[in-house]
Amino acid sequence: MMSRDVIDIKAETSALHTDKMWVIMGPQHPFSHGLWTLKAQLDGEIVTDAEPIIGYLHRGWEKECENRTYPKIIPMADRLCYAASMTYTHLYCMTVEKALGIDIPEKAKYIRIMADEICRIQSHLMWLAAVGTDLGNLTVFLWAMREREFFMDLNVRMCGARMTTNFPRIGGVRNDIDEEFMMFATRCVERFEKAIWDIISMIDDSSIFVSRMKGTGVLTREKCANLGITGPAMRGTGVDFDVRRDDPYDNYDQIDFDVPVLKEGDSYARYRVRIEELFQSCRIIKQTLQKVKAIGKNAPYRLKVPSKVPAGRSFVRMEDPRGESMMYLVSDGSDKPYRLKVRSPIFVNVSAAKPLVLGSRIADVPAIMAMIDMCLGETDR
Amino acid sequence: MSGEIYQAPSVQEISDLLRDKFSGKAEITGTGERRVYVKADRDSVYDLCVYIHDNLTFEHATSIMGNDMKDHMEVIYHLSNYYTGVIIELTTDLPADDLHVRSVADIWVGGNWHERETYELFGIVFDGHPKLERLLTPDTYEFYPFRKSYKLRGQE
Repeated sequence: MMSRDVIDIKAETSALHTDKMWVIMGPQHPFSHGLWTLKAQLDGEIVTDAEPIIGYLHRGWEKECENRTYPKIIPMADRLCYAASMTYTHLYCMTVEKALGIDIPEKAKYIRIMADEICRIQSHLMWLAAVGTDLGNLTVFLWAMREREFFMDLNVRMCGARMTTNFPRIGGVRNDIDEEFMMFATRCVERFEKAIWDIISMIDDSSIFVSRMKGTGVLTREKCANLGITGPAMRGTGVDFDVRRDDPYDNYDQIDFDVPVLKEGDSYARYRVRIEELFQSCRIIKQTLQKVKAIGKNAPYRLKVPSKVPAGRSFVRMEDPRGESMMYLVSDGSDKPYRLKVRSPIFVNVSAAKPLVLGSRIADVPAIMAMIDMCLGETDR
Repeated sequence: MSGEIYQAPSVQEISDLLRDKFSGKAEITGTGERRVYVKADRDSVYDLCVYIHDNLTFEHATSIMGNDMKDHMEVIYHLSNYYTGVIIELTTDLPADDLHVRSVADIWVGGNWHERETYELFGIVFDGHPKLERLLTPDTYEFYPFRKSYKLRGQE
């Protein structure tokens, strides 16, 4: 029988006991990356209790969807997460397609995968920039943002928008990609694979950076799984699971990539998993470009779909840059969803803030929480 | 409830085992590739979840959500296995006049906030929850916004 009370990591305790004090970090605080609050109870400088507070951005997204027809939800899904907007739109379109019981053209599947991976790189670079400022290195911030800009330009070439792209459609994608885009994408990815080493060496060669990440925010594999942490934070803790590989959607089973898993379970392992994922995303983009090229210029990329979805239930989960996201659709045969539920990875990851920061020093809290990669748009919905 | 541990149970094994152990309390309503759909009584949800977690090694609760079907409410659990990628969708019906179900937050700690969210948006009470308070909406709210009886502008 599996034990349900998992072993807690030995927390550091303060030698000199002082009066315990609550420190409120947020909602406007440099570490919070969005509007949320971390209440931390301190004994000296050791965190003895913590409570995350969210909800500042709650706008009733799921309820709003019940009031809109299916295609009108696509631009709303873009706004769930601005750093990787295409992943949620993709997820929403897949859910509706599953409810409709249609299979979309191969070309659209590969284009979507490529768009997802571009978003993954953007999101991870945004995270890298944030980590740079959190740990006090502004050069990392500037360089990561610069690299991200090249992928933003790819977005513009693909669909005309930088951040909220409104690109996937129910039944395919909005437009095809052309030869020129493929050339730019290949060049951009190849350039990036070299340029990222500048940033990596800046972090890894700095003993201050590494010592602030090593050994902080440690979780065991079992505890991490039980807390529901997903995504790179989970794979840095030794759980070998990636929805793209283990429960593939679209055409991820046709693509060759590795899932980086590290067993250390500290912030540094989570950082390294994300860096490795950047390289894997580059690999995936290059493969999808080959596949799209092989399918040919005139292949269909979008299906016409009926506006009404038959009554039923369907759900799809996908690997968001931040973790496992899922949508559950209850349809009633009309042109509006009866209920649409979004499972956001950060919503659950941030609920694990207390076990993550417990026993650490207050100065390490920003470094630990940075590894969660907060995004409040999808957390509060 | 102890017994053998199945670390990477297949869909067939899961449905056979659940049918075997929980006959009369839960029924398998369908299976698919890496999917098992289960419908359970409200009173046996907790035992079923303990069995699924402890013996079938479903370490992760992907989501817990509520759904208002007008004449009754539903709580839907999605439980996932990290070894095989299988998801169990567990549905339970609650009568509209008695919205209580046993909390599973002590089995999967990650279910804690899902249950709080379901409580504040639908008014479903999870008995035994460590801290059942409003999470996303202000504490002063006295209504449950995701119920179908709460109309948005433009809805009738």
